[in-house]
Amino acid sequence: MTNKPGMTNKHGPAGVRGKRDAMGFGVAALNRVAGSRLLDRVGLRKPLERVVFNSARTGFQAAGATARTFKKAQRLGKPARLTKPSSTGAFDVTPTEEQQMIAETVREFAGEQLRPAAAEADTNAAPPDGLLARAAELGVTTVGVPEELGGLGTERSAVSGVLVAEEMARGDMGLALACLAPSAVSTALSLWGNADQQATYLPAFVGENVPAAALALQEPRALFDPRQPHVRARRTPDGYRLDGVKSMVPLATRAELFVVSAELEGSGPALFLVEANNQGITVESEPAMGLRAASTGRVHLDGVRLSGAALLGGTGSEALTDCVRLSRLAWCALAVGTAQAVLDYVIPYVNEREAFGEPISHRQAVAFKVADIGTELEGMRLATYRAASRAEQGLPFARETALARKLCADHGMAIGNDGVQLLGGHGFTKEHPVERWYRDLRAVSLMEGAVLV
Amino acid sequence: MINLEVPKKFGALINQAHQAASEVFRPISRKYDNAEHSYPTELDMLAALIDGLNSSGEGGAGAAGERNGNAAKASEDGGTRNGANLATVLGTIEMCWGDVALLLSMPRQGLGNAAIAAVADDEQLARFGKQWAAMAITEPSFGSDSAAVGTTATPDGDEYVLNGEKIFVTAGERADAVVVWASLDRSKGRAAIKSFVVEKGTPGFEVVRLEHKLGIRASDTAVLRFDNCRVPKENLLGTPEIDVKRGFAGVMQTFDNTRPLVAAMAVGLARAALEDTERILAEAGVEVDYDKPANSQHAAAATYLELEADWEAARLLTMKAAWMADNREPNSLEASMAKAKAGRSVTDITLRCVELAGTLGYSESSLLEKWARDAKILDIFEGTQQIQQLIVARRLLGKSSAELK
Repeated sequence: MTNKPGMTNKHGPAGVRGKRDAMGFGVAALNRVAGSRLLDRVGLRKPLERVVFNSARTGFQAAGATARTFKKAQRLGKPARLTKPSSTGAFDVTPTEEQQMIAETVREFAGEQLRPAAAEADTNAAPPDGLLARAAELGVTTVGVPEELGGLGTERSAVSGVLVAEEMARGDMGLALACLAPSAVSTALSLWGNADQQATYLPAFVGENVPAAALALQEPRALFDPRQPHVRARRTPDGYRLDGVKSMVPLATRAELFVVSAELEGSGPALFLVEANNQGITVESEPAMGLRAASTGRVHLDGVRLSGAALLGGTGSEALTDCVRLSRLAWCALAVGTAQAVLDYVIPYVNEREAFGEPISHRQAVAFKVADIGTELEGMRLATYRAASRAEQGLPFARETALARKLCADHGMAIGNDGVQLLGGHGFTKEHPVERWYRDLRAVSLMEGAVLV
Repeated sequence: MINLEVPKKFGALINQAHQAASEVFRPISRKYDNAEHSYPTELDMLAALIDGLNSSGEGGAGAAGERNGNAAKASEDGGTRNGANLATVLGTIEMCWGDVALLLSMPRQGLGNAAIAAVADDEQLARFGKQWAAMAITEPSFGSDSAAVGTTATPDGDEYVLNGEKIFVTAGERADAVVVWASLDRSKGRAAIKSFVVEKGTPGFEVVRLEHKLGIRASDTAVLRFDNCRVPKENLLGTPEIDVKRGFAGVMQTFDNTRPLVAAMAVGLARAALEDTERILAEAGVEVDYDKPANSQHAAAATYLELEADWEAARLLTMKAAWMADNREPNSLEASMAKAKAGRSVTDITLRCVELAGTLGYSESSLLEKWARDAKILDIFEGTQQIQQLIVARRLLGKSSAELK
C-alpha cells in the first residue's frame, strides 16, 4: 500500500516514522554491540542461532517433496461412500460406545505422545521423528475411509472426526494439526473422490507408510474468503494449469499430495488433487505465531500442469463449500480440545498457587474466570457437536457451522488469553504450556482448510 | 448417538406453545407493559387450556416443572430419555418468545408450583397441586444469601406461627398460595430453613404493596408480611427434622429444577429479539451470509452472527441441563452454566438488538425496547449471574462455600 499524506503519522508523533535521525542511528549501533556481548553472557547464543536458522529456512525455497508414484489399485465400479448414520431423533449428548472407545484411545495417545513432545516440537517447528507414523498406526487416516477401500469406516461420522480432533488437541494443537493433516486429504477423497481417484490415492492412506499430505485452502491475504480463491486454474488441452500461492499449509515441505482449491475459469471455485513432485511447485516454510509443530509452509504453484483427472468433486462449487464448512468444524474441535487443556491446567494451578495466605482460587476474580472458561467451553463444545451431527445426518449445516465457528473463535481466544492471565508472569514463560495455547488459539478464527471432519 | 436437534416428538407441544405465545401473549404484550399491576384477564382461558394439556400428560407449556417419576421411557428414544424436563424447557422457550412477563403471570404456573412439584408428599400434592403458588424467599435484608432467612416459623401445637417480611414475590397478590421460606430455629443456620405453604386469606398474611419495575411489568411483584400467621403443621414441605449434615440441600434442590427454566425464558426472549432484528436489518439491506467470513460482511451482520452464536450456546446448555435431569444425572453444574450463559447473553443480545435497530428498536413502536427491559431480570432472579458463577466455580475447583465465598 502506498502511503497517503498524513497516514504515516496516524499512530505516532509527527515526523517520527520512516526516517532514522542521529539518535536513532546511535541507538541502533549500541543495540548491535550490547546485544552481541550479552548473548554469550546470558547464554542466548543458541536460541538466536535458531531464529537465524528459521529465517534462513523461510527464505529457502525447495521443490515439493519427492513423492511416491501413486498408482491406481483395483478400481470399484463406483466411488465408495460411507452411509449416513440414522438417529432416533432423540436429543442426546452421549457419543456412541464406539465413539467413546475411539475418543478414549486418542486421549491416551495425546497424553502420552503429544503433550510431552509439544514444547520441543513448537521450538523445532517440526513434529518429533516417527510421530506421524505412530498417529497413522492409531488409524486417524483410516476411520474416515470406507471399508471397501481398506479403511475402518462404516458410517459417515463428522462427529467421530470432531471427537478425534478434540482429544488430539487436548494433547497439543500444533501436533494435532500435524497428525491430522493427512486425514484431511483421505477424508476429502472418501467424500468427493471418484472411483479412479479413490483407487489411485486411498490405498496409500490405509497402508503401512501413510504419506504426509495436506488440504491447502488458505491464501496469504487479509479478509480471505475461501470460496473465492485467488489461485487460478486454467483449462488446457489435456487438463488444467494452476497458478497462485497457498499459505499455512501443514507439513508443507514433506507433503506428497495436496488438495488445493482454485478458481476454475468459467465455472467457479473447485478442488484439485496435486502431487507434490509436479513441475512448478515450490514450497517454503512459513513458521507462524503458533501451530509451529505442524511445520506450516507456503506452497507456490507456478504453471503447475495437471491432468483432467485432477479435478476433485466436479466443477460445481458444492464440494468446496462443504469442504470449507467441514474444515471449520475441525478447527472448532481443535479449539474445544485446546480450551479443555487450558481449563485442565489452570484448575490445579489456581488451587495450589497462594497469595495473601490462601489459594488464589479463593478469590472471586480468579474463580469467576475459571467458571466462565468452563461455561463457554461447554457452549463451544455443544455447538460444534450439533453442527457436526447435522452434517453427518445430511441436514443443512451452514448456519450451525458458522455459529460454532464464531463461538470457538471468540471464546476460544478469550480462554487462551485468560489461561495466561491466571498464571500471571509464570504464564508468560515457556515453563508452562499456556503461552503456547494462547498462540495456537489465535489461529482458530483465521484458519481455513488443513483439517477436515 | 450425538444428536442435538429438538426432538420431533415434542413438535406438537412446541407448536401449541408457539400458537399461544403468538395469538394470546404477543397481542397483549404492550398493553400490560403499560398497564402495570392490572390483571391480564386474557390469561384465564389459556390457563384452563394448559391445565387440560397437563392433565392429559402432554405438559410442558408452562413453568410448573416436573414431579419426579414421570419421565418418558428411555427405550423409546434409543437409550436416552427425552422427558418432561426437556419438554418443559422447550415449551417455556416458545412461551417466552411471546412474553416472559405474561408467562410468569400464568395462573398455576408459578415457581411455587415447581417447588411443590419437586418436594411435596402425595397428601400435600393433592391439597396444593391444583393451586396457583408463588414463591417467597428474599427478604429486605438479604438477597443472594438465601441461608440468611430471618422469617421465623415457631411450632405451637398443631401449627407453625410465621413472622417476617418477604419481598420480590412474583404473583404474590394474584396467587392462591405462597411457598414461604422460614427458619425453625435461627441458631441452627441453614439446616433449619424449611418451606411452608401459606394459603391466601390466612389471618396474619398481608400483601403490603406491589413494586414498580424496569421490565416484566405485566408480572406483579409483591411485598408480603407475616404477622403471627398460623399455618397447619401439614403445610411444611419435606421433613420437619433439622438435619445439620444434610443442611440446605432440601430447599436448594428446587433451584436445580427452576434454573434451566429461567435459562429457557432467556433463550425464548432472546430469540424474539434476534428474529425481529434479522427482519429489520434485512429491510435495511443487511443479510447474514453464514459461509462468508464475519469480517468480510457488514459490521451489523458480523454483530448479529456473534449474538446468534451466543444464543445457540445458551440454548444448547439449557437443553443439556434439562436432558440430564430427564436422565437422572446430577445437573447442578450444568443448570448453573445454562443460567449464567443465558442470563448474560439475553441482556447483551436484546440491548445490542435495540442498538442495531436504531430508533425502530428504542421507541415503543416495536417490542425490542421492552424485551431489553424484560431481559435484565433473567440475569438476576433464581440466582444472579454472580451466584451462578460461584456455583460453577466451586464445582470446577472442588471448593466448599466456606473456602470460596
